[in-house]
Amino acid sequence: MIERIFEGIAASPGFVIGKIYLFDLEDTAVTPRKIVVKEIGLEIARFEDALIETRKDLLRIRQDLADRAGRKVSDFFDAHLLVVEDRSLIAEVVKGIEEKNLNAEYIFQEVIKEYTKAFLQIKDDYIKERLSDIQDVARRVLQNLTGKKRSDLASLEEEVVVIAHDLAPSDTALMHQENVIGFATDIGGRTSHTAIMARSLAIPAVVGLGNISTTVHNGDPVVVDGTTGRVIVFPSRATLAKINREKQDLARFESKLKELKSFPAETTDGFRVTLAANIEMPDDLPAVTAHGGEGVGLYRTEYFYLNRTDVPDEEEQFQAYNQVAKRLNPASVIIRTLDLGGDKFNSALDIPREINPFMGWRAIRFCLERQDIFKAQLRAILRASCQKNVKVMFPMISGYTELKRVLKIWEETKNDLKREGIPFYPDMEVGIMIEIPSAVVVADTLAGLVDFFSIGTNDLIQYTLAVDRVNEKIAYLYDPLDPAVLKLIHQVIDIGHQNNIWVGMCGEMAGDILSVPILLGLGLDEFSVSPVMIPEVKKVITSLRLSDARKLASTVLKYRSADKIRMESRKLLANIDPTILKWEANMQ
Amino acid sequence: MPEVKKEIKIVNRLGMHARPAARLVQLTSRFSSEIIFKRGSDQVNGKSIMGVLMLAAPYGSTIKVIARGDDAAAAINEIEDLFRSKFGEE
Repeated sequence: MIERIFEGIAASPGFVIGKIYLFDLEDTAVTPRKIVVKEIGLEIARFEDALIETRKDLLRIRQDLADRAGRKVSDFFDAHLLVVEDRSLIAEVVKGIEEKNLNAEYIFQEVIKEYTKAFLQIKDDYIKERLSDIQDVARRVLQNLTGKKRSDLASLEEEVVVIAHDLAPSDTALMHQENVIGFATDIGGRTSHTAIMARSLAIPAVVGLGNISTTVHNGDPVVVDGTTGRVIVFPSRATLAKINREKQDLARFESKLKELKSFPAETTDGFRVTLAANIEMPDDLPAVTAHGGEGVGLYRTEYFYLNRTDVPDEEEQFQAYNQVAKRLNPASVIIRTLDLGGDKFNSALDIPREINPFMGWRAIRFCLERQDIFKAQLRAILRASCQKNVKVMFPMISGYTELKRVLKIWEETKNDLKREGIPFYPDMEVGIMIEIPSAVVVADTLAGLVDFFSIGTNDLIQYTLAVDRVNEKIAYLYDPLDPAVLKLIHQVIDIGHQNNIWVGMCGEMAGDILSVPILLGLGLDEFSVSPVMIPEVKKVITSLRLSDARKLASTVLKYRSADKIRMESRKLLANIDPTILKWEANMQ
Repeated sequence: MPEVKKEIKIVNRLGMHARPAARLVQLTSRFSSEIIFKRGSDQVNGKSIMGVLMLAAPYGSTIKVIARGDDAAAAINEIEDLFRSKFGEE
């Protein structure tokens, strides 16, 4: 057979070679059946049982997925579950059975058809995609009603590459990692739930292939190249050899990253930086350790306050901070005080609606006024400091007078604890986030008051360039490598070092592969990134010579455009280790 | 029976889609009040995921929320907070 290449959208990276298993979402078409009046109750009960069964199935799938891929992905099934609990939908079906005297599966199918028609009229691709969630649930309900259970992918007995017109999220979730080694579909995009799940489960996948499912056969040999987005049926020997080489190359790169796990983030000429993780809750700690993070550079504490109707008290906060500190010891944890406002709110706190919340009453500005809430948090942090590895950091500091006010409250809180005989670590390090341009301008007046600076790039970039990056019209202006941003960062690091304090970074820029060599060259002491980014950042740092990074930094500081800066950094990375740029897309 | 009305602007990037819709319905279901969402001539039950998805409210559009019942005021407040927090998506 002659080799055939299908081009699609790379949905989940990696390479697999295997045999095709054609899978289709067969329609569970049902026929109407008349029922007599005394059967109505029975029919409704059958429908309700099917809903309960489906709910159980979905909960099982969601739990399984949560265990293997994390809550963020398993939450996709929240909407599925709400469909089987939807009172309006249930009422329509019950009414249909009662009025038309027809069987439950037929009425249910008709109701879903009506919804489908309505959904198809919505001119919004994202919403249209939700239709596949609803149909996914509907199919499961019908299967439970008719008792015709389709064989799940989970029960496959040999390793296969699944080819389908489309895959429902619940099918993807059930792909047993051992047996479905990759998949390809006719339709779908990179941001579909199926694609996101494939990436979380590390199953190579290509979507949007057009008509592959109708032109291939069960058992055909196939290659799925989820990195470039190609599917090759009846691959030639040359293709197989090439794919095998790529596969080995990727495996080598991945194992190199794994080897780095227990090594420090040190350049080839012996300069060591701290590579820490950003976390939101104690549950994030296993990921920090798994990826070889050296402590926590940013522990966001807003999580406590969101999605609840009361305010967390000192004790609850202490328990969490203490747990994190204990589990990380001797590595350090930097706890950032409350950064509510902007786009993060708590319903128990009466923060008024603002026209321009990012420039409004948020973070430290809020805490300075609500000292009751602020002090409760500071007390909790101080109590956890007995572990001696806790540091505190204040967000959104805009200038000297404001910082003095904050530090006064900090000292008051310490004195309160002393008076009450509650122990804490008196030499605990205190730092501030540098995320407002004015703080950069007066950094020399702030440096003497604290033990460290941590640059928050997300806000610093937004305020410096006056860009709300959520606004698609101007998002292109949001660029961490904009010369203005680089100059500010350079200034902060220099002023910090002149005042003998260390300077870290906890924004997304610290995990941007092309920014890392420049930041290293500028003298950044600490990088704090989301746990999954750690191996790759470590790979970059450990591949570089500090002298080369310094040369790069001083070169790009003279450049006038972000593109040129980016190109220069790319050039250096390509020189030291081309695999970093080649496999960057594979790392998440 | 107390009735509270409020116009709310959709401020999260993805408009009102699967996860935001799920969060919204999880919230509205906690209240005893009847909750209705209106956009233009469309009106849906605020406790129905199918209804809320059908509203397909895009970024920047405004929807009207009506709550009828004893906890109507609290419901409106919390719904507004959820919208303002952009459903915790960012």
